[in-house]
Amino acid sequence: MELYINQYSYISPKHTHPTVTTAGEGLTPLYRAIGIDYPKFFKMDNLAKLGFLAAELLLQQNKRNLNTRKDIATICFNRSSSLDTDRLYQTTINPENNYPSPSLFVYTLPNILTAEIAIRNKFTGETSTYITPSLNPETIVRTVRQTLNNTNGNTAITGWTEYADDTHEAFMMLINKQHNSNTTTPFTPEQVNKLIIHLRKQTNNK
Amino acid sequence: MIIWAGDNIISALGLTSEANYKAVKAGTSGIALHNATSIAEPFQASLINREQLDDTFNQHFHSHTNTYTTLEKAAILSAHTAATTANIDISSPDALFILSTTKGNIHLLDTPDQTYDPRKLHLWHTAQLIAKHFNNTNEPITISNACISGLCAQITAIRELSDGRYTTAVVIGIDLLSRFIISGFQSLKALSPKPCQPFDDNRSGLNLGEAAATIIYRKTTQPPNTHITLVNGSITNDANHISGPSRTAEGSYAALTNILQQTNHNNIAFINAHGTATPYNDRMEAIAITRAKLNNTPVNSLKGNFGHTLGAAGILESIISTHALTDNTILPTHNFTRGENEYPLNIPTKTQHSTEPYCIKMMSGFGGCNAALLFKKNTHNGTIH
Repeated sequence: MELYINQYSYISPKHTHPTVTTAGEGLTPLYRAIGIDYPKFFKMDNLAKLGFLAAELLLQQNKRNLNTRKDIATICFNRSSSLDTDRLYQTTINPENNYPSPSLFVYTLPNILTAEIAIRNKFTGETSTYITPSLNPETIVRTVRQTLNNTNGNTAITGWTEYADDTHEAFMMLINKQHNSNTTTPFTPEQVNKLIIHLRKQTNNK
Repeated sequence: MIIWAGDNIISALGLTSEANYKAVKAGTSGIALHNATSIAEPFQASLINREQLDDTFNQHFHSHTNTYTTLEKAAILSAHTAATTANIDISSPDALFILSTTKGNIHLLDTPDQTYDPRKLHLWHTAQLIAKHFNNTNEPITISNACISGLCAQITAIRELSDGRYTTAVVIGIDLLSRFIISGFQSLKALSPKPCQPFDDNRSGLNLGEAAATIIYRKTTQPPNTHITLVNGSITNDANHISGPSRTAEGSYAALTNILQQTNHNNIAFINAHGTATPYNDRMEAIAITRAKLNNTPVNSLKGNFGHTLGAAGILESIISTHALTDNTILPTHNFTRGENEYPLNIPTKTQHSTEPYCIKMMSGFGGCNAALLFKKNTHNGTIH
């Protein structure tokens, strides 16, 4: 089965792809710059905000083409799970401040990020979250390929969404069985690796 | 072909699958009222006996005792017991470890002594540590998909084995309870002050539980005369709400229809539901089962025996269910007396006999995720090849 990378997006503190001019650093200015109206964004934790925005950047040009959404899979990978929000939730249950926050507790699950993307785009296919020590192109390609193979799916939104220690990185790809007219980039570990090296270099040059 | 080759359960009801299955069949529950000074209210839960776990672990692996957390010990002991019972070498380069957990060593965030290795908070690290214990050097897979993790991990195991890189998959599910998890469910007002009553009209919420459970899947050309296979699996999303189940059970219904495309409903012995005993979950599942026209098929839930064991639940409940399937038995639902009028289901209150070859395991979780698995009991007379 041939698979193609038909679109990709990237977010780090210094760089986004496609390029977006923001009024300030961080995820909220990026949300405002993208120009969408989705108040639920403000209820999300940092990890979900990051993944949500990466998916918005990814799908902006493709929204209208994704009309067979039933079989669209959303598969995310990261290193630190929801640890950023876990630490925040922990502060709400310390003995001196024992008011556990139910809205925060829900976000102590890393897969809520895939749910936010699925809800926003009405993707009812498989949603999965894998925790890996680092961004591993081979693991990503193998997992997505297996998922589409076994579900007879055509399309997957996949990538890396890491929010930890006051830094963040999201790299998302739109994977299809068919390539679109603009690109014929095959979905292989080599191509994914090339893309991520290129994107990280652009970040470091800023 | 890929077959179910071995399993183990460590829970309040025992340290082997057999002990756990026998206890459930005898109508035993591990749920009891617990008090912890750090937790505001007493809570009903099914807890692993720490002393018994430590003793058994030390008997097997003396040299490592001080370096592992209780969670790591439980997972290692479970994988070890599953492998030795089934006589499978899981240190082999042909073996892949797959970990299903929601929170791993999250209790460490709450310890006053913060000198632990910070990597221990990472789920991938827990998986690596377990694999390394068995001298297995393959990069393990870690899945964290809320309550359905244990079913996703089994689907991943089948996909990996079909892909051909490995011949053995060791699928481990684990979560232990800590103030972090208990306070969270208390804050959501999801916990019942009484032992939980899945699908009962009087149900008032869930009980939490602890378990480590392992299933070993294996590629073989010579399966034993009687063996279990995972025939079909499906994962779907409601795309509706991050914590509330769909009112129309859209995703759960889709998962059920996906796995049943080639199977006659009359051949299904029973459905082991998620059955958490929260008003919303059980209602949603009843709608899904009714929409899939399975409302005459016997349904049960194991939450009254084990509580909700989170990342271990999908593994643990699949093990008990396939043992029941092999035993030609439909287990009753602990503490169930009378169901809802609106979506009536067939929920046995006593153990029943069935020789039908299939059973369904279904679950749903936070993040609107749903999963369903179809298991088959295969019996050959050994003469036909």
